[in-house]
Amino acid sequence: MYRIVDKKVLNSAVTSLTVEAPFIAKKARAGQFVIVRADEKGERIPLTVSDFDPAAGTVTIVIQAVGLTTKKLSALNIGESILDVAGPLGCPTEFGDAKKAIIIGGGVGCAIAFPQAKALYNAGADVTVIAGFRSKDIVILEEEMKAVSNNLYITTDDGSYGERGLVTDVLKRLLDSGEYDLVIAIGPVIMMKFVALTTKPYGVKTIVSLNPIMIDGTGMCGGCRVKVDGKTKFACVDGPDFDGHLVDFDELMRRNTLFREEEAHACRLEAQNNG
Amino acid sequence: MADMTPVRTKMPEQDPRVRNKNFSEVALGYTPEMAVSEAQRCLNCKNRPCVSGCPVNVQIPDFIAHVAEGDFEGAYKVISMTSSLPAVCGRVCPQELQCEGKCVRGIKGESVGIGRLERFVADWHRENGKDKEVDIKHNGKKVAVIGAGPAGLTCAGDLARRGYEVTVFEAFHIAGGVLVYGIPEFRLPKSVVAHEVEGLKKLGVNIMTDMVIGKVLTVDEIEKMGFDAVFIGSGAGLPMFMGIEGEDALGVYSANEFLTRINLMKAYIDGYDTPLKKMERVAVIGGGNVAMDAARCAKRLGTKHVYVIYRRGEAEMPARREEVCHAKEEEIEFRFLCNPVRVISDENYRVTGIECVKMQLGEPDASGRRRPEPVAGSEFTVDVDAVIMALGTSPNPLLTNTARDIEVNSRGCIIVDENMQTSKENVYSGGDAVSGAATVIDAMGAGKRAAAAIDEKLKNQK
Repeated sequence: MYRIVDKKVLNSAVTSLTVEAPFIAKKARAGQFVIVRADEKGERIPLTVSDFDPAAGTVTIVIQAVGLTTKKLSALNIGESILDVAGPLGCPTEFGDAKKAIIIGGGVGCAIAFPQAKALYNAGADVTVIAGFRSKDIVILEEEMKAVSNNLYITTDDGSYGERGLVTDVLKRLLDSGEYDLVIAIGPVIMMKFVALTTKPYGVKTIVSLNPIMIDGTGMCGGCRVKVDGKTKFACVDGPDFDGHLVDFDELMRRNTLFREEEAHACRLEAQNNG
Repeated sequence: MADMTPVRTKMPEQDPRVRNKNFSEVALGYTPEMAVSEAQRCLNCKNRPCVSGCPVNVQIPDFIAHVAEGDFEGAYKVISMTSSLPAVCGRVCPQELQCEGKCVRGIKGESVGIGRLERFVADWHRENGKDKEVDIKHNGKKVAVIGAGPAGLTCAGDLARRGYEVTVFEAFHIAGGVLVYGIPEFRLPKSVVAHEVEGLKKLGVNIMTDMVIGKVLTVDEIEKMGFDAVFIGSGAGLPMFMGIEGEDALGVYSANEFLTRINLMKAYIDGYDTPLKKMERVAVIGGGNVAMDAARCAKRLGTKHVYVIYRRGEAEMPARREEVCHAKEEEIEFRFLCNPVRVISDENYRVTGIECVKMQLGEPDASGRRRPEPVAGSEFTVDVDAVIMALGTSPNPLLTNTARDIEVNSRGCIIVDENMQTSKENVYSGGDAVSGAATVIDAMGAGKRAAAAIDEKLKNQK
């Protein structure tokens, strides 16, 4: 059992939970994830570690309530517990010796981009964060991201906050006007795909963090296989970070739809049970 | 005088047309009368060939003698002297290749049903017996066991009985390893596994779940926590794929994924959250026990047609005969001498079929079995909406990647010496992590030998 010691509601759908997990807190690094099982009948889902505190023995996960399990987790309160948290899994992000980096977060992806920005910023790199949202009311972690970046750009699809447009609009402008040696993009697959397409002509190293369907998170099920440079990789052990210029994003988008009908079904049942 | 009936007492089973729609156990177990009657067929041979066939050295004629007298608790005591998981072994051991394969009664008839008797005794004890408080004298030494599968649990049990303080680190959320994620409920009820694990806890074994060693802790870090020795029983968990076109289409699963969703995550039971897709026609690729398990699970989920596609002939199948027979009775359809060449999918990348080529058997290969060769121009398509790859597994490098001083061979298997010790002092290993994918009982035998070797080493250390 992993006790929840802090909970923050970031927007109407996104919640941050900080749980006691001393072994994981000691080992976790930016880019890694945990496998979480909410309760006895729960499924195992991967969630990226968005922050960790080795001294306090806690890790923080950010949950967007889109499916049955993420809704269950979002409903938990301080003092309650998550049944299982296993990790840290996957490979930590390899920043190389990046001096000037752009970190891009899309929606809830900002929660995962945050530790990346923090790690680079603390290592002395010049960090620009581009955070994209649909609209003003779902903007999250603005202060946190500001604290770990030299420049922060916020975009919204509808222009209700920051700059109207897509993260790739800002990205292209920045790449046109300056030299960058690393881009990290975390968010919806479609966003990562277009970030990679945008950076490709500039030849800037681009890391994306993938979040496919998983069960064990240790290489055992093969459900998370993704095609990278024409070869099949397991995101859980070979990733979750990959070279964005080599990932087959279209296949990843298709694979992520596998259980769409079943998940919609489970959510409907849940809604009925809740009245 | 032994009962000289040439055939063994029949095991009651669920009707095939009923059981292929449920996940309850196929074999129902002997009644006490059946057990006594079967036990009376044992000749109690002087030279005990059956015992030499048992990887964990169960004193078979002795326990059977107790059964013949109706002393089932006495029989259990004999078995539990050497076996940590009798209810498991009685169900999943390939007895026909081990104890029963060596039984003298098998020469002129059917061998004694040793596995069936072992299962009966273990089940009888679980329901009627009393576990006496075990009086263990602690020796003050600590051993860490990595992996709560058959090898790790056996090693842990043996060491705990010898007075060691044992901690087992398990990556999944419950203990059991392949016994819980791989072998289906209808062959090995999970309550049986849970009972055996509880037995180990009563011996004082501490089981820590959610601990992925190699990630959360390295072997070095475990040693620094004050453990005098480490046993690695991390199994062979990595699934293989064929590398054919279309393999990443929606509806192609590894047998590991398919079985884990069902057995560990209970996706087939209402109320559990893990999803499973409804399937009409499934192709299971492979000819081993895992392929049989996957096919029989698929059938039980209501799949109309389940095909097992295997590139060699029926005689070459590595699966146990009993499993193949059960599968056939349950209307699993076999396509021997066929090999998939391509997975076919629709415009939404969902599987619609699998293209296969007919095979013929050529000269024997390195395994001694005749090598299957494709017949040119014989391609044909089987219409399916799911494909399950049951091609075998290899050891997971997660642990050894962060323990470079533990040597592995070219297949990723951990190398051990004759005492089960790895290239790292006081670190031992056994089971599938060393041998590559093999049987539950072989892993238990390895766990047992490692426990003895660890004891031998540590008891002489101050």
